[in-house]
Amino acid sequence: MRPRLALEAITKRYGSVAANDSVSLLVAPGEIHAVLGENGAGKSTLMKIIYGAIRADAGEIFWEDRQVSIASPSAARELGIGMVYQHFSLFETVSVVDNIALVNKGRFDRAGLATRISHLSERYGLPVDPHRLVHHLSVGERQRVEILRCLLQSPKLLILDEPTSVLAPQAVVRLFEVLRALAADGCSILYISHKLEEIRELCDGATILRGGKVVGAVKPAEVSAAELARLMVGAAVAPVTRPPAVAGRARLTVRGLSLQPADPFGTALRGVELEVRAGEVVGIAGVSGNGQAELLDALSGERISAVDTVLLDGTPIAHLGAGARRQRGLAFIPEERLGRGAVPGMSLKENALLTGYREGLVQRGFTRSGRIEAFARRIIDGFDVRCSGTDAVAASLSGGNLQKFIVGRERSLEPAVLIVSQPTWGVDVAAAAFLRQSLIDLSRKGAAVLIVSEELEELLEVCDRIAVLFHGRLSAAMPREAISIDQLGLLMTGTDAGAA
Amino acid sequence: MNRLYLERRAVPSRIMGFIAPALALLAMIVCAIPMLELAGLAPLATLRVFFLQPLSTGNGISEWLLKANPLILIGLGLAVGYRANVWNIGAEGMYTVGAICAAWVALHFAAGVHHWLLAAMMLAGILGGMAWAAIPAFLKTHLNTSEILVSLMLTYVAQLLLSWLVNGPMQDPEGLNYPQTALFSESATFSPLIAGMRVNASIFITLGAVVLAWLLLDRSFLGFQLKVSGAAPAAARYAGYAQARLTWISLAVSGATAGLAGMFEAAGPLGQLSPVISPGYGFAAIIVAFIGRLRPIGVLCGGLLLSLLYLGGEAAQMSMNVPAALSRSFQGLLLFCLLATDVLVDFRIRVKA
Repeated sequence: MRPRLALEAITKRYGSVAANDSVSLLVAPGEIHAVLGENGAGKSTLMKIIYGAIRADAGEIFWEDRQVSIASPSAARELGIGMVYQHFSLFETVSVVDNIALVNKGRFDRAGLATRISHLSERYGLPVDPHRLVHHLSVGERQRVEILRCLLQSPKLLILDEPTSVLAPQAVVRLFEVLRALAADGCSILYISHKLEEIRELCDGATILRGGKVVGAVKPAEVSAAELARLMVGAAVAPVTRPPAVAGRARLTVRGLSLQPADPFGTALRGVELEVRAGEVVGIAGVSGNGQAELLDALSGERISAVDTVLLDGTPIAHLGAGARRQRGLAFIPEERLGRGAVPGMSLKENALLTGYREGLVQRGFTRSGRIEAFARRIIDGFDVRCSGTDAVAASLSGGNLQKFIVGRERSLEPAVLIVSQPTWGVDVAAAAFLRQSLIDLSRKGAAVLIVSEELEELLEVCDRIAVLFHGRLSAAMPREAISIDQLGLLMTGTDAGAA
Repeated sequence: MNRLYLERRAVPSRIMGFIAPALALLAMIVCAIPMLELAGLAPLATLRVFFLQPLSTGNGISEWLLKANPLILIGLGLAVGYRANVWNIGAEGMYTVGAICAAWVALHFAAGVHHWLLAAMMLAGILGGMAWAAIPAFLKTHLNTSEILVSLMLTYVAQLLLSWLVNGPMQDPEGLNYPQTALFSESATFSPLIAGMRVNASIFITLGAVVLAWLLLDRSFLGFQLKVSGAAPAAARYAGYAQARLTWISLAVSGATAGLAGMFEAAGPLGQLSPVISPGYGFAAIIVAFIGRLRPIGVLCGGLLLSLLYLGGEAAQMSMNVPAALSRSFQGLLLFCLLATDVLVDFRIRVKA
């Protein structure tokens, strides 16, 4: 059978760095093909070349045996290529059908379009009401809208970028069913991911990229996850070790915390109870949008709440702002790295000063450039941050490297309580293992560590106890050893009646 | 086909920060030549009148510094606020209130010789400007109003206040009913640095303010906090910087410098108050702050440049009959060119085959 898509020796250079170095790839009709690689391995560049968002410097693209040049995303769509990005591009204040009508070619016919959407969603088991406003939809539903939007163009190749990173385990199962049904209808799927088990379960073939080059093409079902990881990283990844926790006194306590959201589309917190003790790592699982943002704001001090709802080492801090809480030994690593955890246009030196100011970096109101330089250098060396130096602006770092820098900075403050949101989101395997280990090590030195994450595997790997946040309510934290993934999944979708 | 495109630099170019304004000036001159041709003027001769003639005499240089003085001082304060995303558009009003307060002190101690009087007037000017700036600060931090609108509207209030005062309570009783105050006493005015010229010692205070603003923005932790809250408000909240405090400081600093500039003008070239005490320094200083890329040294250069354009425009109007609109459009042209070349600081131009 002739391949749907064939790439031959695709090369793309940025300055002296080859993002893609002579990459070749074959996708058969109806094949689900994984593109596997760490951050910076060149996956995104390759997908952008296929989708026409950027042009390759060299190499050839064949679409159904015909050489093509894909000049733009609309040219790609005309060929029959659709793409679902990791971060959705939907307008929250308008309805599903209006969102889709915006990119749909041809006459504007809202009623007709709504009917077509309903038909498609029935056919592939993607239930979405075309007339609902997007901001009422859950993340999983929004993803369905994105997929439906592509399906309306009757694509022959669908590119999905890390589609499961935002889904609960049960939603992942359903997504896989949809993708299999699509493939059975002859649509090829390019599936970008770094989740090895998923790829082994779903994909027919896999191309593995490392440093912009193809380092392997395998049938994922026939190789072990460890082998895939080794190919992807180039070396065996050291497993994270979690010595038994000797939990001490409570360092972070949350008592009956209820809070209305600041954002009209946010989730109210309802009677959240939580305790994180010295020497342990506690995880909060849950699909985002269930009150995570509100809880983190209330804990970090970016929003204040009723006086004794949050306590640090037994002292009420809920009425204090973020600065005062930091003064008392609380540190926080937010999910948004650029713009919150770091100032995009400022250098790493300045970003070290951002929260590192109490490490003797300021004297009589003046900044001490020598000490700031040394502090930034210590973070960069200690956490293996790849950058051009302490003057590199934060926005020039890759997501993973910036996260290493931010974790390194907050870790260097020797906090009593460290709160982390999505610690390894978009971070490569080796760096993720390193960051997770550093969080465990911090807790074993007597700090209390709280992790909010959507990645269950991560929480199960790192945490001593795990609680689930759903619709603004937090379940009781269960010891790691006593939890099953199924049980967590049920709590995450609110179907467990026993949720506290 | 070769294509030009912009590529983001990993680190903003320091050298380009200096070259870009020079390039902008060059680009402005290049654009100005056909405009002058079309207007039927000899381009080179006109440009000479514009840029060189004002500086060819001692008095010209004195006037140049005199006009640059308030532009720089106000621009410094605005740059501090703009770094923090606090958009004070009403420096003109703060300047006016500063001048009024300074004048009140001057007139209150009109009799006799007081060595401390200028210092007291400066203090009054600063406090007056700050008080006027406190209104948008309070409304923004408590009621979340836009400081842009409030400060701008208050400018007109200040101007009406001045108009009422010079027509009423502060009017010179022996002034033949002209709307103006009495002339300030000798103790209440800056004496000229050089006899026969108008420039006075207040320019050294402005130079000191340039140094202070540089220390604040580039060396102090407070300046760092201001910059963070401007560049990434969420990061400032995350790091625990008190937003309301930074808003207050931003407005207080820009109010203080504008008020002091008002005092300099009142106690310098004017020597009294009348209904119009500014050719729009408070607004022009906004351009100066941006020409200076919100850096104190840049504001110094920007103020000198804009002052030169003002004088050059006047000279060209007088000696070459160049329409006022044309010299105005040169100012706009300069700002455009500056914004355009500014891109080169963060980006480099590449050619793609």
